[in-house]
Amino acid sequence: MASSLVPEKIIKEGLPDSTLETVVPQAEVQRVIKPAPPRYRNEIAKYIIRRSADCKLCGKCAEICPQGVHVFKPGYKYFAAPHQSVCIGPACKDTGHYCVDLCPNKALRMVENPMMRVLGDYRWTPDLILATWKMAETGAPPPPDYGYEYECGNSGGGFDRIRFKFPASPPLELGPDDIDTSLQLNRRNDGRPQIKIDVPWYGGGMSYGSVSNVTQLSKARAAVAFNTFTCTGEGGYMERLRPYDDHTITQVATGLFGVREETIQRVRIVEFKYAQGAKPGLGGHLLADKVTPSVARMRETVTGISLFSPFPFHSVYSIEDHKKHMDWIKHINRHALVSAKVSTPSDVDMVAVGSYSAGAHIVHLDGGYGGTGAAPDIAKKNIAMPIEYAIIKVHDFLTREGVRDRITLIASGGLRNAHDIAKAIALGADGVVVGTGELVALGCLRCARCESGRGCPRGIATTDAELQGQYTVEWGSQRIINLYNAWRIELVEILRRFGMRRVSELRGRTDLLMHLDYSNDTEQAR
Amino acid sequence: MPDKYHIKTQPIPPRRPRIGKVGVVDWREDCANCHNCVKKACVFDRYREEMSYIRGLREMDAVFFQCMGCFSCVQQCTKGLLALSANPVYERLGNTYWTPQIIETTWTQAESAKIPVSGAGYRGRFSGPGFDSMWTDMSEIVRPTRDGIHGREYISTAVDIGRKPALLHFDAGNAASGLPPLVDIPMPMIIDMLPRGYRLPNLLPVIKIVAAQTGIIAVIDSKDWQLAGNDLDQYLPNLAMYLDTSAPLPGRELLIGMRLVEISDDGNAERRVHELKQINPGIVVAVRVELDSGGIERAVEYARQPFVEVLHLVADDNGNEIGEKKPRFIKDMVRSVHNSLVESGIRNEVTLMAGGGIALAEHMAKQILCGADLVTVNLPLLIALECTLCRDCNDGLSCPAKIGEIDIKYGVGRMTNLIAAWHDQLIEVMGAMGIREVRRLRGEVGRALFFEDLEEATFGKLFGSRKNN
Repeated sequence: MASSLVPEKIIKEGLPDSTLETVVPQAEVQRVIKPAPPRYRNEIAKYIIRRSADCKLCGKCAEICPQGVHVFKPGYKYFAAPHQSVCIGPACKDTGHYCVDLCPNKALRMVENPMMRVLGDYRWTPDLILATWKMAETGAPPPPDYGYEYECGNSGGGFDRIRFKFPASPPLELGPDDIDTSLQLNRRNDGRPQIKIDVPWYGGGMSYGSVSNVTQLSKARAAVAFNTFTCTGEGGYMERLRPYDDHTITQVATGLFGVREETIQRVRIVEFKYAQGAKPGLGGHLLADKVTPSVARMRETVTGISLFSPFPFHSVYSIEDHKKHMDWIKHINRHALVSAKVSTPSDVDMVAVGSYSAGAHIVHLDGGYGGTGAAPDIAKKNIAMPIEYAIIKVHDFLTREGVRDRITLIASGGLRNAHDIAKAIALGADGVVVGTGELVALGCLRCARCESGRGCPRGIATTDAELQGQYTVEWGSQRIINLYNAWRIELVEILRRFGMRRVSELRGRTDLLMHLDYSNDTEQAR
Repeated sequence: MPDKYHIKTQPIPPRRPRIGKVGVVDWREDCANCHNCVKKACVFDRYREEMSYIRGLREMDAVFFQCMGCFSCVQQCTKGLLALSANPVYERLGNTYWTPQIIETTWTQAESAKIPVSGAGYRGRFSGPGFDSMWTDMSEIVRPTRDGIHGREYISTAVDIGRKPALLHFDAGNAASGLPPLVDIPMPMIIDMLPRGYRLPNLLPVIKIVAAQTGIIAVIDSKDWQLAGNDLDQYLPNLAMYLDTSAPLPGRELLIGMRLVEISDDGNAERRVHELKQINPGIVVAVRVELDSGGIERAVEYARQPFVEVLHLVADDNGNEIGEKKPRFIKDMVRSVHNSLVESGIRNEVTLMAGGGIALAEHMAKQILCGADLVTVNLPLLIALECTLCRDCNDGLSCPAKIGEIDIKYGVGRMTNLIAAWHDQLIEVMGAMGIREVRRLRGEVGRALFFEDLEEATFGKLFGSRKNN
């Protein structure tokens, strides 16, 4: 198959090498973990302490609480608003400083926050949201004390029912520094650059228009810090992203909004978006209200008019057309790797092999339950299969075709944390793309209002001048860096428990997994 | 360019206050009356709207639930006085099958006639019972056509109802037998009779107009016929009379005007069909088969009879096998009828209509994938009128939504909007599947993904047998 490709040296006739060099000095972002406290005044806590009128204002609770939940400032008559979100909840009972028991007047009561019922959903449980916030704040997995059940969601299937079978003790004692989480993206051996990212994930495509440029820049800076990538999505390539060219993937999607040869030449990876998991087969849709003057300028369209990306590429109706497309990009940018982002139809395995033969370096599967800034509800729930199935199918098929080690398989569509990432890799992916997790780090709580009116009320998925000013790039990048760091710590811990030196050893190790709804008695499961 | 099927719609606001998923709990005591009140900063301006709503009230009829659930005010209030809470009124909507989400989305569609669109990914369970245990497929490159922005303009949703002979007989170059009559409707949906107990007398005049405006057909029980109004002549092509065992044969003028009539599946079906055909040979007769424990066998048996043109398979309101403790679901029952007709080589000769439990547009597409030619729908149209399925009317109590008092324009508008939104959603999923005609969607399981099959092919292979739980 590979031999059917046009030899690299023939393509090289096209453009002089100099056009391909990065001309803008690239930004450096250090991988420094520092606290990035939440940006809202009142945090949402899992447990809250209620204070009754029996309180005699003795101040004992403030004295004993090591977390500093109760705030009794000297010189003040009453307690200030408590820092509910640092309270570790019922786990505190055995610590010897449980305020509820120690209050001399029995004036305190601990309850689970009733708001937890309205926060989150089956896929992103309230615990998962709070834990992600905590990780984005501290840069480390939340201490078990908090009692967050954040390793799984509550959707009742797929990743949420799959568990790792950890050995009682690691077969090989490794320290965190002995473990390599990097991922090689080019396996074709076609003379194009070897690109290695430090963590087996990169940021999903979010266009300027669907999210603010503060959000885009925050993602980009985190990508630099972790030597990985972010993606422009389909909405043009902001000039302000230029210092992050080396860590940016630019997307060529069906609407070709903001795609120019010059933008394709800026980057090291170009992604073809054939379909998006949240709305497979439907194309993109940016609602009129979000087409602000700056978005319209970027996309070379008209302010206030809804934008549709058609489906599919009208120039692609076969694998041969697909190859022609790839060759076009490879010709324009002779150093770039090419990724094909596809959805998960029943023939996703054939699509993946087709992408390989057309010359893709990366095939990126976006499962049916993936994120979006706006999609018809009927599409989100019903079209195409969840990513869990697709990974298994594609990994198997590529292996049987004998090309598994010549293409990088990336999965996305509902991967929420390090455990999902590890499970996706164990099912057969090389790495993953994350999106919603980053937004949650920025303060998203999945209220699903990204598309309404001026856009996201939390200032993340909006281009409204007022709303997007709710946080700074500095804060945003620190939150995502912290989240990435926490995920990396968790991933390393998973690998350590299996005694694995490299994340690549985990790939396809379905024998290390079990499914709670199954007998788990197959040959490999034992 | 030929005429396109298009349903004219206009927004029809609800008569009652909206019932949202969350409400804001506001402890006004301890409020510092600070000047930077977060209520003013609500991105959706809900607090101001609430104020003006309450100001306009003559009596306290319901609480204002327009909160979008973004938590911004909760998290920003200087004194932390606000909280969000699940709305108990919302949670009481409907029942376990007709969930609050289904009722809410039906209301939104009946108001706006638009496809519901939202941000963020899917929020629900991985899979579920009934229609939630399958997905529709999509195609990366196959499109209905290469034309148009999406090719959607060229998708046909028309279906033919009636018997289609497997082959034609000719005698000296001329067709030896005439072609059996066919009814064609522009969308694979028929309005079925509302379940007993929900049959409010003022609904039939609304339903008949809706059927005529949308070009589809509404089934009306002969016993309720009088309630549909006096001006029925012009509506007859869009009405189908249902005759149960005891119903007398309707008058000739009615039968001549109608295109479809439905009879019950008692032992007299054959005689009935002949009687009806004698009066109007051009009428199509559907046999209504209630899917109880013997329903599938009866349906298959009927389909083999040459006098049967159309089978209307009906499960209970929740799509379940009627009267069974461990019922099968409508999609599986219809699939089994469909498969056994395919095996006998007679599937194309009869039309299968399936009803019961069709609650969302996606159910229409999925039911057709599972072998029905078209679906029949009843409760969603009632929900469009702001019914909450509280069943008070079944118990003889007065209707909290006052559906008995609706005016024609409201009723017709809401029902039409819902049908239009469903039609658009059907086109949406068909577009994704790359299928150009709904006729070809029927039984096209190659364009469907079933939970059981996928689990078996992936997890089953890795993890053994699936536990029943």
